[in-house]
This record gives sequence, C-alpha cells and structure tokens, in this order.
Amino acid sequence: MLVLSRKPNETIKIGDNIELRIIEVKGDNVKIGIEAPKSVDILRGELVQSISDTNAEAITLDLNLFNQLMKKDGSL
Amino acid sequence: MTIQTKFHGEIPTEELTNWTFPNGLPGLEDEKQFVILPIEGNDIFQVLQSVNNSNVALIVSNPYTLINDYSFEIDEPTIDLLEIKSPEDVMVLAVMSLKQPFESSTINLQAPLIFNINNQKAKQMIMNDATYQLRQPIGQPIVKGAR
Repeated sequence: MLVLSRKPNETIKIGDNIELRIIEVKGDNVKIGIEAPKSVDILRGELVQSISDTNAEAITLDLNLFNQLMKKDGSL
Repeated sequence: MTIQTKFHGEIPTEELTNWTFPNGLPGLEDEKQFVILPIEGNDIFQVLQSVNNSNVALIVSNPYTLINDYSFEIDEPTIDLLEIKSPEDVMVLAVMSLKQPFESSTINLQAPLIFNINNQKAKQMIMNDATYQLRQPIGQPIVKGAR
C-alpha cells in the first residue's frame, strides 16, 4: 500500500480525474473531500463490508426453510 | 443449455432471462451471470440464481409488496453502468435474509437490486445514507400470513 502524508487542504490526485482533499483533521476524525466522475461509486468501506456480510448470510439459506416458502402460497 | 441450481435441480436456460451484473454483487464479485427463478406456490419471493455456481442463490422479493412507501433515487454510477434511460427501464428487487422463525427474517432495503429490463444489466446499488436499513425486519402484515 502506498502511504502519503498530507496536511489540511492538501490534495492527492488519483489518475486523471479523481482528487482527494484533506478538509479537516480533528482528533481521530479526518474529513476528506472527493472529486470524481459521476460514474464512480464512492462508498464507506465498512458499509460495503456489511452489505457483503448480508449477502453471505442470504446465501446460507437451507433447503428446509426453502421448502417452507413453497407452502406459503400467495397468502403472505 | 442447462444449469445446476441450488433449489430447482438442473434446469434449461433457453426460456430464462440471463441477467448480467458487470460488477458481481458485494461479497460475490465473481458471480456476474444470474437468472431469476420462481418459487412454486409463492408469488412473493423468487430465487436469484448464479448461472456458474449452483451454491449461490439468494431469495429476492419485490420490496414494494412488503414496504409500500419505499422510495429512493438511483445514483449516477448505477444509471451509468446499467445505461438507464428512463424510469420505465427499471425493475427493483431486494435481497431477503430468511431465518427461523420466519418472522425474524429481514430484507435489505439499503442495497436494492436494480435491473435494466432493456439490456438485462443489473447491479446491487448501495445507498450511502441510512434512510433504509440493510436488515429491515419484515413487517407485521407478512408475519400474519406466514404462519
């Protein structure tokens, strides 16, 4: 992993069209401004991780539970 | 051509729509081709089955049958990836986590599945804000009929 030191208001360019700017550093909190093309997904890492976890949980469904679904009819 | 499925055995794919998830799904990045299979005797839920991996099958549901006032904006990266041109292009499904007992099941409303019905491209779109939960307990109306 590349590690760079930056001060508030300094930037990091990634490729031609992504720029990160350190807005503010306060205690253990860092505010980062991100400029990127509209087509780029920008998401908090832990959020993506929890969606991954939910998907992993969703595919563990066993046959028993699935068979219950078949009996539920449209009457849910 | 036939595929192996988790719940339906081996099935022919000719009649089925093959959905392409260019990015896979979070945590399932390698799975890019899926079909949607009905569940016999159940109009509410369907199976999102990976074409290449029979073990990867998720129960999905039309979120609007469970939550009437579900409403959100489709973000630019999703519109761009799926080449969505109008709201009529779009179908929305949500991933279920089914549990025993059934009432403790949840629906992921923070990361809905967005489908473009015109080009069969799809994506699980993650909402950055916390308006909707990723483990939303399924509501009272469902619990009532589920027993």
